Amino acid sequence: MIRIENLSKQYGATTVVDAVSMEVERNTITVIVGTSGSGKSTLLRMINRLVEPSSGRVLIDGKDTRSEPAHLLRRRIGYAIQGHGLFPHRTVAQNIATVPHLLGWSELRIGARVAELLRAFQLDPAEYAGKYPHQLSGGQQQRVGVARALAAEPSVLLMDEPFGALDPIIRSKAQDDLLDIQRRFGTTIVLVTHDIDEAFRLGQRVAVMSQGRVLQYDRPAALLTRPADSLVARMTGLADRALRLLSLTTAGQIATPGSAGGPTIAASASLRDALSEILWHGAESAQVVDERGAPRGSLTVAAILAHGRPE
Amino acid sequence: MRRAARIDRLGVLLTVAGAAALAFLPFVVFKHNRILPGDPLGLFAALPAPAAYACVATLILAVVTALGVGHAKTRFIVALVGIAVVAFAIAMAGTALTPPGNRVVRVAPGAGGWLLLATLVLMATDALTRLRPRPLTRVLLLVLCAVAAGFALGHGVFDQLSIMREYAVNAGRFARELHVHLWLALGSLGAALIIALPLGILCHRVPRLRAGTLGALNMIQTIPSIALFGILMAPLAALAAAVPLAAQLGIRGIGAAPAVIALFLYSLLPIVANTVVGLKRVSSAAVEAARGMGMTPGQVLARIELPLALPVILSGVRIVLVQNIGMVTIAALIGAGGLGAFVFQGIGQTAIDLVLLGAIPTVAMAFAASVLLDALVETLDRIPP
Ligand SMILES: Nc1ncnc2c1ncn2[C@@H]1O[C@H](COP(=O)(O)OP(=O)(O)O)[C@@H](O)[C@H]1O
Ligand SMILES: [Mg+2]
Repeated sequence: MIRIENLSKQYGATTVVDAVSMEVERNTITVIVGTSGSGKSTLLRMINRLVEPSSGRVLIDGKDTRSEPAHLLRRRIGYAIQGHGLFPHRTVAQNIATVPHLLGWSELRIGARVAELLRAFQLDPAEYAGKYPHQLSGGQQQRVGVARALAAEPSVLLMDEPFGALDPIIRSKAQDDLLDIQRRFGTTIVLVTHDIDEAFRLGQRVAVMSQGRVLQYDRPAALLTRPADSLVARMTGLADRALRLLSLTTAGQIATPGSAGGPTIAASASLRDALSEILWHGAESAQVVDERGAPRGSLTVAAILAHGRPE
Repeated sequence: MRRAARIDRLGVLLTVAGAAALAFLPFVVFKHNRILPGDPLGLFAALPAPAAYACVATLILAVVTALGVGHAKTRFIVALVGIAVVAFAIAMAGTALTPPGNRVVRVAPGAGGWLLLATLVLMATDALTRLRPRPLTRVLLLVLCAVAAGFALGHGVFDQLSIMREYAVNAGRFARELHVHLWLALGSLGAALIIALPLGILCHRVPRLRAGTLGALNMIQTIPSIALFGILMAPLAALAAAVPLAAQLGIRGIGAAPAVIALFLYSLLPIVANTVVGLKRVSSAAVEAARGMGMTPGQVLARIELPLALPVILSGVRIVLVQNIGMVTIAALIGAGGLGAFVFQGIGQTAIDLVLLGAIPTVAMAFAASVLLDALVETLDRIPP
């Protein structure tokens, strides 16, 4: 668990991060979203002390981050950035091995970990371990960047716009992969983005930032249904907030037993996609099936619509 | 028309130059003693007929290749063979023209001989440029040429030529001056590296220092070397007079001290500037990631920044090394020694062969240093930035 207490950063007379307090739950993805220049990166970089706070403190698992030298702290915290930051003169395997090396792991353990991570990111170790970053596609480079950040099994992973340089299709795939990886390794992730869609898609909790302050820190649905102020409402998208809300719930979550007519929909599909599919078929309801095709019940338009407004 | 289009332009130029050299300029010069101007001799006057014909046959082969063969490797090999044959022919002329036991008469390559060699060298370098050999191949070629030259010199092939007669007289001194030459060039480079690398890193880290430092170093670069030697003489002489220890260490107004200091000062700019440029070229995302993953500042510098800047820094070192090898020659004027001593002594005595004894090894060393460091830079730069 990361506890941020009254954290501020001033550069000269300008306050870039202004008395931020928040708690990041263990084993979750927390997203910090805000416009460019709102202080997101500075807040994130104060967690691993790439930026030293002007005041306030950060506790990780109850321990003040200033109780050890900054470089030792950083070796325990994963860090992935936009444009991956891979070392161009080192192979993929050497890049991933960076922190394990700094920590003095044995070569055997490092080799096994590198292979494990490459496979977890769908890169065949035999083919990719010896390649140099410039020989990879943008999506592969980004995956290696995240693999490198996870190499020493950190309990916390900080990500600063990690998918910012990817085109939309690869980006969407990278987001799915991150959700998978998070479930698999149980890492506590703090991710910074300026993309509200990305925030809603990834974040179990989302902090909305503006001008150095956290305006609201809440579950995505709560940001939509109970925005703290008009700025949050505008930033989370006034016009399509109902549809955004629908995309936060899956068909499987609200399916009721029994069968009805209409198209067949995967349990993992969002209500937004389910509604679209039902409209497309001119139906009033849909069948919900799990990934093996077994029936999970049915879903009516009325039930979907009930989820598109604040309770 | 199609035939004409296939004739190599450079080949035509080289053929014309080579033919003119052979027809109108002396192949070798025969001098009755070391100082007097000599008698010009053509190829056939200088060599026994069979040797002269063999030489002409080789040159015809070179002409045919230069004009009509596009294959770069063939052109390169033929040019090399041509260089070897012409050099050997000049050496043979020396042996043939010198009466046995006579140590007074001198035989030297004539303008025609030099020009022939020059055209063949041009043909070889042109072919080499087209071949674009890998760095390792270039180094191997250099070693091969050095071994061939060393072998010929070791077996006394050129011993009857004037320049080698100068060498024979000065052999002991030549080794000493060569030693001094290399020490001055490499020593000032080493001292410059010790200062310039940290200075370059500092200029990169502290942008405010950059303009001032580079400006000052730039100004030093514009002072002519003779003037800089002169500027250094007075303070160093005063230092030696005031501090006996300095004098004991060999610091004087003339000699090695002002030479090394001047070369050191000239060496700073290329290394500092290239270090700054090289470090600036390093991806800031890579540096940020390195810091973010817990490398100490020293580790970031040693493992990320310097390795990635190294090719650029080394090309600065290349500039300095080539520049120093050449400039040490001038330091002989202030009594620092080195191969320049032969050059200036030769000029004083109007003994052109003594000048060449100093100049040719200097050029060869500068060339070799340039090839070696170029190859190193290119090899390191293979790893993409
Ligand atoms: N080292 C610094 N010195 C001065 N100002 C800075 C520094 N780093 C960031 N800032 C300023 O702080 C503000 C917030 O920056 P940042 O945290 O990078 O924003 P974001 O990541 O939300 O785009 C920006 O206005 C930026 O110009
Ligand atoms: Mg940012």
